[in-house]
Amino acid sequence: MQREPGSSDDESKGSFQKRRKVTESSEEIERRLESLICRVGEKSSSSLESNLEGLATVLEADLPNFKSQILQILVLCSYQLPEKCTIYTTLVGLLNVRNYNCGGEFVEMMLRELKRLISTNQFKFAQFMIQFLSDLVNCNVVTPSSLIALFNSFISITRQDSLQSRKDWYVYAVLASLPWVGSALSEKHSIEVSTIFENIRMYIIHRDKSHREFLRVWSTDDPHPQEEYLDCLFAQVCKLRDDGWIEDVIIRPYRAFPVLANALQHDLPDFVVPPHIAEGSVYPIPQVIFRMFDYTDCPEGPLIPGNHAIERWLIEEQLRSIVRTFNCDKKECASRLLGYPGRDKVPLNHMIVECLMGDIFRLPESPYPLVMYAAVFIELCKLQPSMMPQVLAIASDMIYERLDTMNITCVDRFVNWFSQHLSNFQFRWTWEDWNDCLSCDPASPKAKFVKEVLEKCMRLAYYKRISDSVPPEFAPLLYNEPKISFKYDFKSGLNLSQEERAAYTASQRVITAIKTKCKDDELIIILEEIHQEEASTDGTTFCLPRLEVFLQSLLFLAQKSFSHSFSALYKFHKVLKWAGDGEEGKIAILSITKDVWKNHPQMMLVLVDKMIRMQIVDCASVAKWLFSPKMADDFTRLYVWEIMHSTIRKMNKHVQKLEVELTEMRGKSQISEKKSEDEEDDIMRTYNIFAPNQTDLQRMQDQLDAANGEQKKLFLIIFQRFIMILSDHLVRCESNKTAFNSPWYRNTIQRLQEIFLLHKDTVKKYMATMENLLFTMDLDTRILSVFKQFASVVN
Amino acid sequence: MSVDTSQNLTLRPLFKDPGVDLTAYRDQHFKGSRMQQEKLLKMSSTLYVGNLSYYTTEEQIYELFSKCGDLKRVVMGLDKFKKTPCGFCFVEYCERLCAENAVRYINGTRLDDRVVRTDWDAGFKEGRQFGRGKAGGQVRDEYRMDFDPGRGGFGARAQLKGEKQLTRAGNAIERETPKQENEET
Repeated sequence: MQREPGSSDDESKGSFQKRRKVTESSEEIERRLESLICRVGEKSSSSLESNLEGLATVLEADLPNFKSQILQILVLCSYQLPEKCTIYTTLVGLLNVRNYNCGGEFVEMMLRELKRLISTNQFKFAQFMIQFLSDLVNCNVVTPSSLIALFNSFISITRQDSLQSRKDWYVYAVLASLPWVGSALSEKHSIEVSTIFENIRMYIIHRDKSHREFLRVWSTDDPHPQEEYLDCLFAQVCKLRDDGWIEDVIIRPYRAFPVLANALQHDLPDFVVPPHIAEGSVYPIPQVIFRMFDYTDCPEGPLIPGNHAIERWLIEEQLRSIVRTFNCDKKECASRLLGYPGRDKVPLNHMIVECLMGDIFRLPESPYPLVMYAAVFIELCKLQPSMMPQVLAIASDMIYERLDTMNITCVDRFVNWFSQHLSNFQFRWTWEDWNDCLSCDPASPKAKFVKEVLEKCMRLAYYKRISDSVPPEFAPLLYNEPKISFKYDFKSGLNLSQEERAAYTASQRVITAIKTKCKDDELIIILEEIHQEEASTDGTTFCLPRLEVFLQSLLFLAQKSFSHSFSALYKFHKVLKWAGDGEEGKIAILSITKDVWKNHPQMMLVLVDKMIRMQIVDCASVAKWLFSPKMADDFTRLYVWEIMHSTIRKMNKHVQKLEVELTEMRGKSQISEKKSEDEEDDIMRTYNIFAPNQTDLQRMQDQLDAANGEQKKLFLIIFQRFIMILSDHLVRCESNKTAFNSPWYRNTIQRLQEIFLLHKDTVKKYMATMENLLFTMDLDTRILSVFKQFASVVN
Repeated sequence: MSVDTSQNLTLRPLFKDPGVDLTAYRDQHFKGSRMQQEKLLKMSSTLYVGNLSYYTTEEQIYELFSKCGDLKRVVMGLDKFKKTPCGFCFVEYCERLCAENAVRYINGTRLDDRVVRTDWDAGFKEGRQFGRGKAGGQVRDEYRMDFDPGRGGFGARAQLKGEKQLTRAGNAIERETPKQENEET
C-alpha cells in the first residue's frame, strides 16, 4: 500500500502545510474546497447535475486565488476516488469550458503526477489516472488523437526487451481505459483503434503464462474457468467492442451537459514512459481471475454478468475501489458496498461475496489482512441479516465442494476465515450437509478441512462448546482435547520397568526442586546426577535422559496457562540452554515439547515462538524438527505450517530490522562527520563521542552478515528437506508401482509452492544458489517445475 | 532500493480510521499529564480489551488477537481478592500497526459470544491487572443491575442485596452462552 491510511491525517497535514504559505483563513477556505470537491457525488438531496454545476461555479470563482490548490485536489481525486472518476472528469470538463487555461494546466499536472506514480511503483493509482485521462476525452478536455498517441507509447513497451510484468502493466492500463473511451475513439479513429487491438492481441498470444498454474485458486476449470487476468480483460474488452461499446455500468454525467460538446480540447503533452530501474521498479505480479458464481447460481432477480461481460470486471473494480478507500473502517466499507449505485442491475450480494472471497484467496497474498475481510463480512451480515448470511453459506458450501482442487494456501485461509466467522455466529452451521466428509479418506481435503475448522473453532472457544455444537457422528473429526500428556505421570502399582521407575523418581525430584524454588545451578547439579548411568537388575545399564526428565517436568508444572509456561522458560532459560546444547539438543527440546503438548497445537505454536525469541532454539532447528520423522504424522496439519511460516517470518523480520539499524547508523555517522568538519561547537564535539564510529558500524555489519547467513541457511534447509521427502516418495511409488499423486503428495508439493510464494521477495535473493545446489537439472521434473514456475512469476 | 513516496498526498475528508482515533476514555489512575498520556496512547502497541466473559481464557485471547500480528504478551485482568479472571485483559503487540488493525477489525466482533471492546492503553504497569471495584472485580460490575451469566450473574452490589433477601442457596453458574448482547459503550 502506498497510501498509508493509518497515518493519513498526520502525514497529509505536514505536506498540505507546505502548500499553504498563507494566512489561517485561506487555509480554512482550502479545507472547505477540499471537502466540497471530495463530497460531490455523495448522497445528496439535489441532483448530481445541479451539484456539479454549482460546484463548478464555486470553483470558478475561487480559481483566481486558489488555482494550484484546486487543481491539486482534483489531481488527487482522479486516482484516490476512482469510483467517482466520471463525476470528476465532468467537473474538470465544466471548468475547462469556463477557463480554458486551467484545463491545460490540469492536464499538465496530471501527466507530471502520472510520471511520479509510475516511478514510485504506485501502479494501481497510475492505472486510475490513465482511466481518468481517457475519460477526459469524453468531456472534450483532451483530444482523442493525443490519447491514442499515449496508448501507442505504452504499447510500444511490449516491443522492448524488458520484463514481462512491465509490459503487462502498460497493456493492462490501455485495456482498462478502453471501456471509458473506446466508443469515442472508434468514432473518429477506428483504424488506429484496430491497430491498438491488433498489437495487444499479438502481445497477448505470445506471452508466457506458466505462472497461471502457480497462482490459481483451483487447479481445475470445472465448473468455472480460472482465467489469466490479462487474457480475461482482453476478452472482455473485445466483446465490448463487438457489442458496439455499449455497457450500462459506468455512469456518464457529462452527457447531461451539452455545453461540453463545444469545449476546446488540449493535446496531452508528450509523455516519456519512465525507464525500468533495476532493483527499483516493482511491477504488479500477474493474477488469475477468481470465479465462483455464474448466472445459474442466482436464479432470482437480475443475472450475474457473464465471465466475458465487461460489466463483471467494471463492477468488481468498483467494489474493490470501495474496499480500498474504506479499508480502515469496516462499518463504512460494508454499508458502501451494499449501497453500490448499480445494485439493482446485478445480484449485488453474490458479486460482493465473490469479489471479497477472490481477494481473500488472491495469491501470493491478499491485498489486506484476512481479519479485515472477516470483519467486513460480519458487518455485511449485520446490515443484511436476511440475505447476506445466506449468500455466504452458499459460497462456503461451494468452496467446500471444490476443496479437492483448491490450492492449499487458500484452504488455510478458508479455515481461518470460516472458523472466525462461525465464532461470531454461535458456531451455528448445518454440519449434516457435509456428512460426505465422514465417509471419505481421512487424508482427503474435505475431511482435513473440517478437522482443521473444528480445531480452530476450539481455539476460539473451548473443547466442550465445539464438541456439543457438532452432530455426534462428527466426533471422529474432532482432535483430542487439548490436554497435557505428561510422560512421568505414572499410576502407582502398575508394572513399571526399573528404568521407568527411576525416571519417575527423577522427575519427582526435579518437580520438588522447582517447587522449592531451587537455583539454576542447583538444578543443573541434580540433572547431572540423574544423568549418571544406572545398572538395572538384569545386568544392562541405562542412562536417564536428563533433558527429557527436566523439560517434561518443567512443562508439567507450568501447564496451567501460556503465561505460566512462558515464565517457566524464562526462569530456567540457563538450564535449558545448558541441557539443550548444540543443534541436536535444540531439536530434542522441540521434540520433547511436542510430546508433552501433542494434543495442543496452539500451545506448540506459542512455545516455539517464545523459544526462538529467547534463543533457546533457532530457526534452522525448528525447520529440521518439522521435517523430522517424528513429525511425519502431523506433517499435513495446519499448525505445522503456521509454525513454519511464523518461523520464516521471524527470521526475515530479524534481517530487516538489522538492515534498518545499519542504515540509520550509517546516516548518523555521516552527520557527525559533516558536523565535525566545522569544529565550531563544543557541544557538537561531545555529541560526536556518542556517534557511531567505524567499529560500531563494522559490528553492525557483521551482525547483519551473520543474520543473512542464517536466513540463507534456513531456506536452503527447508528446500533441501522438501526435495528429499518428495524424491523419496516418487522413488517409492515408482518401485511399488503405486500412484504418486496421493493426498500427501499433493499437499506437500503445494506446501513447497507456498514457501516460494509467501516468501517470494526473500527467496528471490537465493535463486542462483538454489539453481546451482538444489533445483538442478537431474531433479525429478515434477519437483523442478515448481521452481521453474516460481521463476516465471517473479520475473 | 526503496522508492521515495514522501511526496504522496492523501485527501482528508473521506478517510475515517477508527483504528487510530482515540476514544473519550482516559485511565484516571495514569501518573502524568493528559498531554503525556495522549502522546503515549498514540505511540502505544498495547490495548485494553473489555467486556470479556470471566471464563474466557488467555489461550482464546491469544488465538483471536494473533490474527492481527505477533503478540508480545497478554495480561489477564484479575479480581484483586479472588485472583480469578474478571472480564478484561491487556494485549501488547510487537508492532503498533498490528494493534491498529486489532482496533479496526477485532474491536466489536465476538469472543465467547460476547462483543469485545478494545481501547488504546498507555502501557501495562504492574498492579493494573487487578480490578478496581470494591468487590474486587471491575468497577462496571459493581453497580450493574442486569443478570450477566458470563460475568458472575448480577453486579456486586445487586448480589449483596439479593443475598440478604434470599435464603435459598444460589445455583452455581455453569459456563454457558449468554443470550443477550452486552456491549460496553
